[in-house]
Amino acid sequence: MKALLSGNEAIARGAYEAGVKAAVGYPGTPSTEILEAIVQYPEVYAQWSPNEKVAFEVGVGASIGGARTIVTMKHVGVNVAADPLFTFAYSGVNGGFVLVSADDPGMHSSQNEQDNRMYAKFAKIPVLEPSDSQEAKDYVGAALSISETFDTPVMLRTTTRIAHSQSMVELADPRATDLKAYTKNTVKYIMIPAHGRARRVFVEERLQKLREWADNTELNRVELKDRRCGIITSGMCYQYVKEALPEASVLKLGLTFPLPEKTIRDFASQVEQLFVVEELEPFLEEAITVMGIKVKGKALFPVIGEITSAMVREKIGAELGLEIPATAKVSVAGLPAAPPRPPVLCPGCPHRAVFYTLKKLKLTVTGDIGCYTLGCLPPLEAMDTTICMGASIGVALGMEKANPALKGRVVAVIGDSTFFHSGITGLIDMVYNKGTGTVMILDNNTTAMTGHQQHPATGKTLQGEPAYAVQVAELARALGIKRVVEIDPFDLAGLETVLREETSVPEISLIIAKRPCALLEKATGKSVRIDSEKCINCKQCLNLGCPAIALRDGRITLNTPICTGCNLCMQVCKLSAIVKAGDDNE
Amino acid sequence: MNNLNLLLVGVGGQGTILASNVLAEVALQSGLDVKMSEIHGMAQRGGSVVTQVKIGQKVFSPLVEKGEADAVLAFEQLEVLRWLEYVKPEGEVIVSTQVIEPIPVILGKAEYPQGIVELIRTRVEKATEVDALGIAESCGNPRVSNTVMIGVLAKKLGFSKEVWVRALENKVRPSLFAINLKAFEKGYAI
Repeated sequence: MKALLSGNEAIARGAYEAGVKAAVGYPGTPSTEILEAIVQYPEVYAQWSPNEKVAFEVGVGASIGGARTIVTMKHVGVNVAADPLFTFAYSGVNGGFVLVSADDPGMHSSQNEQDNRMYAKFAKIPVLEPSDSQEAKDYVGAALSISETFDTPVMLRTTTRIAHSQSMVELADPRATDLKAYTKNTVKYIMIPAHGRARRVFVEERLQKLREWADNTELNRVELKDRRCGIITSGMCYQYVKEALPEASVLKLGLTFPLPEKTIRDFASQVEQLFVVEELEPFLEEAITVMGIKVKGKALFPVIGEITSAMVREKIGAELGLEIPATAKVSVAGLPAAPPRPPVLCPGCPHRAVFYTLKKLKLTVTGDIGCYTLGCLPPLEAMDTTICMGASIGVALGMEKANPALKGRVVAVIGDSTFFHSGITGLIDMVYNKGTGTVMILDNNTTAMTGHQQHPATGKTLQGEPAYAVQVAELARALGIKRVVEIDPFDLAGLETVLREETSVPEISLIIAKRPCALLEKATGKSVRIDSEKCINCKQCLNLGCPAIALRDGRITLNTPICTGCNLCMQVCKLSAIVKAGDDNE
Repeated sequence: MNNLNLLLVGVGGQGTILASNVLAEVALQSGLDVKMSEIHGMAQRGGSVVTQVKIGQKVFSPLVEKGEADAVLAFEQLEVLRWLEYVKPEGEVIVSTQVIEPIPVILGKAEYPQGIVELIRTRVEKATEVDALGIAESCGNPRVSNTVMIGVLAKKLGFSKEVWVRALENKVRPSLFAINLKAFEKGYAI
């Protein structure tokens, strides 16, 4: 049977078919849908962990316990999980272990671009790169088999275009797998230096075996056609190459570390000109150059962002001296430019009130990763820093310690899911080292930006089953924070009072701004309307940056259908010109 | 046959994903290969969204590049302006007249261009303007404006109408099929 699946859905299916028994991850675009899709296979134990390091460690336990295991995260998540990754690369597995790293060339929804194939090389583990959903599914099984054969964790590296593109997949029945027996094996699983030294040797021997095997696996495939042009490529770039230059000879690498040196040498010797097409780092190109083979890659293609078919056609076409007819395009010269449409905080978003108030009080705001990072954009513009998951609290402490002028002026802003991910240790540091800053947890009871995943305080598991909801206020008090305030951010005056008070006291405060995400909680409030007799177009309400309020022909107007009735604009309007809509407007 | 390349553009929350799922289903029912690509993540927060659909005997890249689209289905006027370079000069441009102002316009920092459909007509031969939202409201639910747009596209693409209706039936909730069919028929009649 065939089905149209996204790369992420295909990976979930692949895990199910290959007899995976444990699936663990932390949400992060473009990896999130793997675990969401795996929920449909109740045979697989699946869970969200608070962060990628813990997810990886739960996966390590599952593998050592004997289960085939998959762990999923976005590229920057691997940074968080790097510590267990590098040592588990020494220990090796019991049940097969696959780490899915979903990279984001072009930074569609990430704070950086990093090529995680480098991690595979760094940790000395194999990496597989699927080029469509069929391979995404098949490579899970292949990776598990490599993992068990060679006693190594294996990385399955996708990119946004693989993860979020849908293509046809042939489905198969799940294979029956039993748990492997667990036997205590301290020299393998306890990485004290004495054991580590032995495993260090094992790792190099394993890598040598993998190198030999790389020349024999069907994961790497030569498609010999026109010998004038040979292209070595992997992942989605393979599709761009096939689209752009269907007659070119191609060495398609499914396994990109370690590389099949003999296969590459053979291929290179059979073509006149050799190219590498790869996104981000010259990962393949450098390795091939080190083999002493002449190859062109980044001389033609950028290290930044994504590659396209048109780019492949143009750049390699020019090298080959091909006549590439220009694609006829619609002339857009002279047309007005489309104003940008940046993402915005939704109508009724509880974060809006927080950033409005922080801006009003002219506070320095260290931000974090989530929907609320949008608080940095106009008109709210109430954020000074955003580095990585959990950084807001440590950064706030550092600023205060380094610069006395900032003392009492810095507020760290962090979402609830991000707080559990890696904010807690920062908070402990602030208590321990006598910080006096204010930390705000924007608690919307979900992991909103990635599409509303559960976390340790939502009271639900990945499957939606009831779970204990961690109490943030109690946790903070237990850490030694005396000033813990919970407030509804829609109480604008109350929020301002609390912020003024807590930033003025010479000790650490935690403010929990508690209100569910507007997309989760169905709006119950009546929408509002403008009383045009009272409105003087002072534009104060526009400073909220609410998509439901617009300036049209010089007048403030309200887009009633999208208004959720959060009433913030009513609180902001000094002339009471915004009122509750009558029943006739409902 | 050459691949059929389609772009569905709009604003997060407008239902472009459902429309592309119906298109993919049409391809599958016709025994063709299909690839779809969409960028989401920030989409839910009101940003621009684009879904690319490619249909043919064998599809490699899932991405439609500049000058390659046989049709652009725009669920919002401004978005057609943004993606116009992607359409073939002889391609179909189908625009919903719906306007969703982006935040720079809301704040008075940018102008929403006026007369977009007329401007587009000076550049492409085949531009169809659809009051998808009005038609959807007349069907009883503004949310089915995406299905009105599918109806308009269906008429122009050449697969049989039965295939489209079956695809629609497979992709919408059974309880909503009747109203979606009504919206589809109204679009198809344009």
